[in-house]
Amino acid sequence: MSKPLTESEVRHIAMLGRLQLSDDEIAAMTEELSAIVGYVDQLSEVDVEGVEPTAHAVNVQNVFRDDVVRDSIGPDKALANAPQRENSFFRVPKVLDQDTV
Amino acid sequence: MPTASEISNSVREGNATAVDHVKTALVAIAGRNDELGAFVNVCEDHALAQAERIDALSADEKQRLPLAGVPIALKDNICTDFAPTTCSSKILKSFNPPYSAHVTEKLIDAGAVVVGKTNLDEFAMGSSTENSATCITRNPWDRERVPGGSSGGSAVAVAADMTPIALGSDTGGSIRQPASLTGVVGLKPTYGRVSRYGLIAFGSSLDQIGPFAKTAEDAALLLGVIAGPDTRDSTCVSTDVADYVGSLNESIAGKKIGIPREYFAEGLSDETRKHVDAAIETLRGLGAETVDVKLPLTKYGIACYYLIATAEASSNLARYDGVHYGHRSEKAGDIVEMYSASREEGFGAEVKRRIMLGTYALSSGYYDAYYLRAMKVRTLLRRDLEKAFEKVDVICSPVTPSTAFKIGEKTSDPLAMYLADVYTITANLAGIPAMSVPCGFDSVGLPIGLQLMGPAFSEATLLNVAHQYQLNTEHHQRMPS
Amino acid sequence: MGLEIHVQLATRTKLFCGCALEFGAEPNSRTCPVCLGLPGALPVMNRAAYEASVRFALAMNCKIAAFTKWDRKSYYYPDLPKNYQISQYDLPLGYEGYCDIDVEGGESKRIRIRRAHLEEDAGKNLHDVPGCSLVDLNRTGTPLLEIVTEPDIASAQEAFDFCTGLQKLAVYLGVSEASMQKGHMRFEPNINVEITRGSDVYRTPISEVKNLNSFRAVRDAIEYETQRQVQDWLSDENYVFGQAANENRGWNADKQMTEYQRSKEAAHDYRYFPDPDLMPVTTAADWVEKVRGELPEAPTVRRNRLVSEFGLSPGDADLIVADRGDADLFDAAIDGDKTLAKRMTSLMLGAAKKSANDRDLTVSAVLSSAASWRQLVRMLEDGMVNASAGERLLLEAMEGDALEIDFEQMAKERNLIQVQDVGQMSDWVEQVFKDNAGAVQDALSNPKKAKAAPGFLTGKVMQISGGKADPKVVGQLIAAKIREMQAG
Repeated sequence: MSKPLTESEVRHIAMLGRLQLSDDEIAAMTEELSAIVGYVDQLSEVDVEGVEPTAHAVNVQNVFRDDVVRDSIGPDKALANAPQRENSFFRVPKVLDQDTV
Repeated sequence: MPTASEISNSVREGNATAVDHVKTALVAIAGRNDELGAFVNVCEDHALAQAERIDALSADEKQRLPLAGVPIALKDNICTDFAPTTCSSKILKSFNPPYSAHVTEKLIDAGAVVVGKTNLDEFAMGSSTENSATCITRNPWDRERVPGGSSGGSAVAVAADMTPIALGSDTGGSIRQPASLTGVVGLKPTYGRVSRYGLIAFGSSLDQIGPFAKTAEDAALLLGVIAGPDTRDSTCVSTDVADYVGSLNESIAGKKIGIPREYFAEGLSDETRKHVDAAIETLRGLGAETVDVKLPLTKYGIACYYLIATAEASSNLARYDGVHYGHRSEKAGDIVEMYSASREEGFGAEVKRRIMLGTYALSSGYYDAYYLRAMKVRTLLRRDLEKAFEKVDVICSPVTPSTAFKIGEKTSDPLAMYLADVYTITANLAGIPAMSVPCGFDSVGLPIGLQLMGPAFSEATLLNVAHQYQLNTEHHQRMPS
Repeated sequence: MGLEIHVQLATRTKLFCGCALEFGAEPNSRTCPVCLGLPGALPVMNRAAYEASVRFALAMNCKIAAFTKWDRKSYYYPDLPKNYQISQYDLPLGYEGYCDIDVEGGESKRIRIRRAHLEEDAGKNLHDVPGCSLVDLNRTGTPLLEIVTEPDIASAQEAFDFCTGLQKLAVYLGVSEASMQKGHMRFEPNINVEITRGSDVYRTPISEVKNLNSFRAVRDAIEYETQRQVQDWLSDENYVFGQAANENRGWNADKQMTEYQRSKEAAHDYRYFPDPDLMPVTTAADWVEKVRGELPEAPTVRRNRLVSEFGLSPGDADLIVADRGDADLFDAAIDGDKTLAKRMTSLMLGAAKKSANDRDLTVSAVLSSAASWRQLVRMLEDGMVNASAGERLLLEAMEGDALEIDFEQMAKERNLIQVQDVGQMSDWVEQVFKDNAGAVQDALSNPKKAKAAPGFLTGKVMQISGGKADPKVVGQLIAAKIREMQAG
């Protein structure tokens, strides 16, 4: 089913995962991922026709909490680990709407 | 070092103080940690203050503390509001959680004293504790060898007598495999038995916190403290917590032990096979019956696991982007560059590899072939086990194909490293409890573990079998030099 | 065109944690490890948010999924601290519903609802700072119901009517405050134009206009966008249908125009997968039926019922239905008795409404006892008090803070009970005829004033009776007397 990954596919995945990989890393990653993907392809041998997927390891449903206010931790604790803050805000480089892609 | 059970008894009875025990642990850590690299952070001030608080309690109040004055080590992916929690990653290097994990709170309530945070493969991704941004952890039985991973630091803390007990986390064997390679008891509870609130996620549907100890008895004591419902974790169940310590002394005569042939096939070293067979023989000697069981899908476990765990991880680790906490790259250009550069600098090679694999498995066009298919195979693997447990109480197997390998030996071949998880990952995929119990040493003196697996919420049975085994063997009493 | 609408649900706390929902709080003050996306924190679903979603979906005539789950939608943005949004992908909690809107000519039109799903909101980025953006996560994790319609909307006005109708419905159900000022509703229309040439039908590429936050913006943006799409086609000789890509556009309210943001071809790869931290929800059919049974009548249905059943004018019915409390009060007070409807309407919408409005309240919030209202309406209907006395009593009751009023007792104390004694009223009429000979003469023989004179005489009788005479009876007595004098 699978063919080895191409470097351009690997670059695309790195973009999706927000990893700025160097050319060398891309090359190495292409090789490693191809080997791993080649291995996991054995799953195609298993007959999964009509089998429900398992998303949770425990069969529990309808877990809710009541709509009751609990104390927030406050802006100082919320911002204590922030790389940069400005007053009670997190500060980041300029964001444009287009940046969400 | 005395066991946790002995320590808490002595504090409750007033024969020793918590401060004495904590100081003993701190001295042991100071003496051995430089060499072994088990701890990434020792919380001396916190621990002494906590110990003093326990000593100041009345005799009555101490009676209510099951872990009174017991020093304990926590894997550094379990949040503590009194010490940084780093996941041994550069990206969380100076992260101070404003809250403590559910298990941390439970331990403190039970009188335990957290003396430090232990090393792990970055974000619990690895089987050797070599993938740590902080340091390498060494196996006390042979310092040129790995202690296993990812909870290598916690395993070594116990194996090298720095603390009597420790907590680790197990996503695909990360408690049992290092327990096996360092000769201690390690237990991964049923998924949902212990709250994950405050455990920094790797594979959310697989992760579970569990105990390390020298004895099944201590593991039972510790599990009894941390198990139980938590309204902050939707996946944590409300099923009653069994009396783990109370059932240790039951006879195991008549217990049915399943032997899956697939776990003794090609790839298992002769020495490991020999000792695991001998351990099963010992259990038969105690009256247990053995039954052959079939787990024909075992070989697909690794592929299934590495797709599910990495897919979940790619999403769980998306939050480390340098915006709200953690490492932010100095190369601040625009926001997109900041994200990518911060993550590039903050994550190690194995973490990046798994983010890439998981992102790929979830990406458009590949979801059905990889992630969805893996979830379906997971269903089949669970069914296999459910069927097996209709016939048997416990399944016995090796934990790892061979004993501890040399540091650096496998780092160049990630796939080979993954393949060594073959015996442990099924329990995570199925959500069932499993533990490792020391069952011997190979010809160069490296420990070997026996794996016990049971149906969901059968921890008491596993601990009972392990305890009866330990009463009749001495492997757990041997000490590294 | 179709619409995607996000409605903020009126819960006390966020969707997955206990932080309070509060508009205008200090930045990042309503946050905790869960909504900050801190490592190790886990979400737990707010029951009230789920139940409000089901109520809303049912009110939009949706089917309710027996099994529903939550999925992670991955994208990077600084106001989304986990860099994934917990949403619902392939199994939304509600699907295949509809809402009817009124269109011209008294007709109604059905807008189909494709799906309704529960998801968390993101925080806020502030961009108007030089060189950087600032992030406030107070809004992060706010429960939103995303509603997606089928492309059934044919005009800007229909979109406007649909959106305002949805707002009324949300407020009516109590599932959302639906305050536009607080950004409780956000709209994203998907717009394209169908052009028919001969027997062929062509469609322009779809534009999605992002994040509109007022009804007017919805109408204006759609109007602009449809014209722009047609203009693009008309002005380009080489226009080829199906060639240009679908695109996202933003609405510039100052310039009153949409602006290009990006092509939809650069589609997101959101990598949806089931959130392992949240358990699925199964919904029992009998519970759904119970919730359905407890739903209030939808405002449009209610409005139509008030018109057809009780003969209210559509305008009056709209005013009463506009507030659910008022409408409930109306229905409870008249309790199916058609004869009381007209008087109840004029009482509620007259002086009472003005008095309540002056205090920024609704009528039902000021005087909520249906029994008291019913009593007053009956007293008026039976002629126990006259209209002006009734109004006076009502206003006085609304000034006070009693929850229940005994209007009869009150009328007695104020000496406002009408005199029903015909003999007494005849005496007053005799007296007035004696004192106002000029007016009597007018009534008898002045063609210019014959019509107005009896009213004047009635007023005089009311005056000397101190307002206690029943004007209806007095009027009859005066008319009879004039006829008698003309005949005699």
